Amino acid sequence: MSQAAITSRWKIKTGLNGDFIFKGITVLFAFSILVILFLMIYEMVEQSLPSMAKSGWRFITDQNWDAVQEEFGALPYIYGSVVSSILALALATPLSVGSAIFITEIAPKRLGAVMASLVELLAAIPSVIYGLWGVLVMAPWLQSTVQPFLIDHFGFLPFFQGAPYGVSMLAAIFILMIMVVPIITSISREVLLAVPRSQKEAAIALGATRWEMIRMAVLPYGRSGILGAVILGMGRAIGETMAVTMVIGNTPQISLSLLSPAYTMPSVIANEFAEATSKIHSSALMEIGLILLVVTLIINAMARLLIWSVTRRQSGGGR
Amino acid sequence: MQNKVKLEQLNVHFGATHAVKDVSMDFFENSVTAIIGPSGCGKSTVLRAINRMHDLVPSARVTGRILLDDKDIYDKVADPVSIRRRVGMVFQKPNPFPAMSIYDNVIAGYKLNGRVNRSEADEVVESSLKRVALWDEVKDRLKGNSMELSGGQQQRLCIARTIAVKPEVILMDEPASALDPISTLKIEELIEELKEKYTIIIVTHNMQQAARVSDHTAFFYLGELVEAGETRKIFTTPDKKQTEDYITGRFG
Repeated sequence: MSQAAITSRWKIKTGLNGDFIFKGITVLFAFSILVILFLMIYEMVEQSLPSMAKSGWRFITDQNWDAVQEEFGALPYIYGSVVSSILALALATPLSVGSAIFITEIAPKRLGAVMASLVELLAAIPSVIYGLWGVLVMAPWLQSTVQPFLIDHFGFLPFFQGAPYGVSMLAAIFILMIMVVPIITSISREVLLAVPRSQKEAAIALGATRWEMIRMAVLPYGRSGILGAVILGMGRAIGETMAVTMVIGNTPQISLSLLSPAYTMPSVIANEFAEATSKIHSSALMEIGLILLVVTLIINAMARLLIWSVTRRQSGGGR
Repeated sequence: MQNKVKLEQLNVHFGATHAVKDVSMDFFENSVTAIIGPSGCGKSTVLRAINRMHDLVPSARVTGRILLDDKDIYDKVADPVSIRRRVGMVFQKPNPFPAMSIYDNVIAGYKLNGRVNRSEADEVVESSLKRVALWDEVKDRLKGNSMELSGGQQQRLCIARTIAVKPEVILMDEPASALDPISTLKIEELIEELKEKYTIIIVTHNMQQAARVSDHTAFFYLGELVEAGETRKIFTTPDKKQTEDYITGRFG
């Protein structure tokens, strides 16, 4: 190597200072994410201002949504989003945790591995396909079979009253349930796989059956992780737009009956943004977006609090 | 002395590995038997065969007989769950249940027998913790987290959890190897006391420990039982050259 080459290499090292550049780039990347987030929130608030000025609190307490009369009450959308995702989660959680337990603890190794990858495959199906299946296959079946059955046998409950339409809150709940099961299952599976062997052996050595071992050692150990999985599922459910829009019936009403059509926040944004020609209409949609964001943040915060309190109780000084 | 557990031509295979070869020996009631030998000699494998822990390992195959009070625990009609309630186990690393309080840890196994009322549970917890000399240290924080205890306290908690089930035999797999010397001493004193009520089989890496706590000693090498007998004899005048070499520290 010539003297010149050595000096030039040395120069590159000191002159450009790789560390400094690298640090600069990573800082730039990290901050650009924050900047995008804040710009987005800023824009949403900024663009919601006309609607906030016009409707005030009535925006979240009124049930009437009429773009022509410029009346905007978003309560039915908030109600629809919250109820559909919570009920979907209530159905999906036991199903998912049950499958995860089966895959990790009960199924023979090979069967478990096959099932685990099938479940992951379920998560990869685009939501529009779920929606299409929901509206063409599931909704007619609900209308002809499930809903009449519910009306006949449980019609005395306010939740199962009215006519069977097929597309309904119930359809949205089912679709969401199917869509969040893969997420909750695959994360719960990882959580359960992480339970140390020593914990399981402790239970078995005390004379626990397999089920008692799962209840005594596996589930409590994985509790906070499973909670985290449920919250991720919640995030997906409340933000899901396409499939829900296709099956929920898109009717802005608040009805206790799960058989009647409803509407969600993402659905109304998706359905109306193209025809929102007046400034106040698009501002109202922006405000719905803002509310969706806030609701999501609140759910996440509560969930984090829950996880934090559980882990604090179980690990004392931190695991 | 009455024999409590008897191994007859015990063999354990893991897949193609022959881990324990044709072992036959006795463990006596109300005495402590130490199993010693270098790493990989199959001592833990023998121990785990005695409460059927190998059932959890799909590749494990156990042949021969293990008699508990003259009944084969590998008999087709034997129920591994009820056997494990009679043969408790304490592990190398303390493994209390982290999601449970101290109280709940002690009662966890006992509760498996069925519903337990409050006063009965209180009594079992207190007597078990007293037996392992942990009661005075934790009686004011029974509802506290088990992970806040020191390693030695956690191990005594695990022993309390095991004896709460009222087993007849207690298997200990290097119960003090993860502990400091003072905690180790406490565990050893505890073993001495526990043998009044239980049959204790302890695997240990530490020959001084075996000499201190046990009445009988079995020396294993490469999956085979080399020699078993009274501890005093094994440590002073062993019959086999291999045993002598090991206990005098010439190998292992």
